[in-house]
Amino acid sequence: MLSARSLAVGHGRTALLTDVELDVAPGEIVGLVGPSGSGKTSLLRVLSGLTRPLAGEVLIDGTPPPKRPQGRVAMLFQSARRSCDPRLTLRQSIELCAPKAGVDWDALCARADLQTALLDRHPHQVSDGQLQRAAIARALAGQPGYLLCDEMTAALDPAATAAVVATVRRAAVDGAGVLFVSHDLPLVAAVADRVLDVAESSLRKAHL
Amino acid sequence: MTLELEQVEVRIPIGSGREVHALTEIDLVAVPGKPHFVVGGSGSGKSTLCSAVTGLLPGNARFSGTVKVGDLAAPALWGQRGRVIGVVPQSAMTCFTPVRRLGGQLAETVRYLGGERGPGELLDVVGLDRSALAKYPLELSGGMLQLAAIAAALAGDPPVVVADEPTSALDRQRSEDVVQLLAKLAADRVVLVATHDLAAVRSAAADADLSVMFASRIVETGTAGEVFDNPSADYTRDLLAALPENGLHPLPWPTPDLIDLPADYRYGG
Repeated sequence: MLSARSLAVGHGRTALLTDVELDVAPGEIVGLVGPSGSGKTSLLRVLSGLTRPLAGEVLIDGTPPPKRPQGRVAMLFQSARRSCDPRLTLRQSIELCAPKAGVDWDALCARADLQTALLDRHPHQVSDGQLQRAAIARALAGQPGYLLCDEMTAALDPAATAAVVATVRRAAVDGAGVLFVSHDLPLVAAVADRVLDVAESSLRKAHL
Repeated sequence: MTLELEQVEVRIPIGSGREVHALTEIDLVAVPGKPHFVVGGSGSGKSTLCSAVTGLLPGNARFSGTVKVGDLAAPALWGQRGRVIGVVPQSAMTCFTPVRRLGGQLAETVRYLGGERGPGELLDVVGLDRSALAKYPLELSGGMLQLAAIAAALAGDPPVVVADEPTSALDRQRSEDVVQLLAKLAADRVVLVATHDLAAVRSAAADADLSVMFASRIVETGTAGEVFDNPSADYTRDLLAALPENGLHPLPWPTPDLIDLPADYRYGG
């Protein structure tokens, strides 16, 4: 279980979200909606260990995670193009996050719905949808328990969005807990098992 | 004045004798009175189509066919960018200089193009408060900046406005606002909008014209109402099935690579 207890997150000393109580169970997809600037991305950055909370704590299976919990919590960003090193091939990017034992490329690409023929291309040689699926493959390569998806379909067309969502659903079926953040309410409602929204600087159950 | 494209083809060489088939056999007519949307997946050719109209193709691209507005055809047409064809870019955040206020930038554009409306009047047209003129781009939200970019595209009072993915950086409500504005502007000019935001297009007038692109070709054209309610092309049907409200079904067929695409390639193999 990935949990937040009395969490406060924000920019500098300015809190955007306070008193956040959140639980994401393995295999569960939790949707989070809210307007731009409401603190959704800040929350994900804290949950992933990229930044520190202003107050409160993050727990994984009831205990505080190590300083760098990237192995257990993987983040997927809005722009795969900005989160992938343009100098590396997709294979090299994925290898950065892979276990030392190596990668079963066929199995990983099948899980991420990524054509193996694309692995030796650079980011500029593939489409946005293909690159987002490579980013998913990179996240799954580390065998994380939890996926934090930050507006990961915002720049994608409907077909690419549906394909990416299918890979996220497969990851959840395989046991990963997913926090799926978007400002696209119809999309979140279709993807998530339950949906939270940002209201009065905290989270509450969304009424869809 | 109408915008007409006849048998437009664009090929982009990438070395070793290979080339990207960016546009193939494009026929399109856009008229004043209602917007013309071009939808399709990423890499289907929507942006290239906009570039073929605005004259912003890559330098090494091979262009053939006809693009004309009234009697003015490309390439002479491309020299009138701003005056005959206004361009709304995908990223409003990067089309303005960050170190100068919006008012100065709009005034300079109006001066250069010899426009009749000043910056304040242009903001009135797009529904943006005139207080934005005194602000720097970073002080405006993404939605406000996109409206400002539309105002800049209108500075030369062009009879044609081309918008390439004007909503891709905006949330749902702002996307619909921008699409509604573009639809309103189409009352007395040609407005061509390329987008993959089908939900925003759906929110615009049902009688808007809509062309669906796949793998460098237009596979279907009709009014938005016709295409959404009764699509005739297999690709359109599958694209609509991928929307959240229709079940998020991934396309059953892969999207092809446009490099050296076979001439007889069709969706579904």
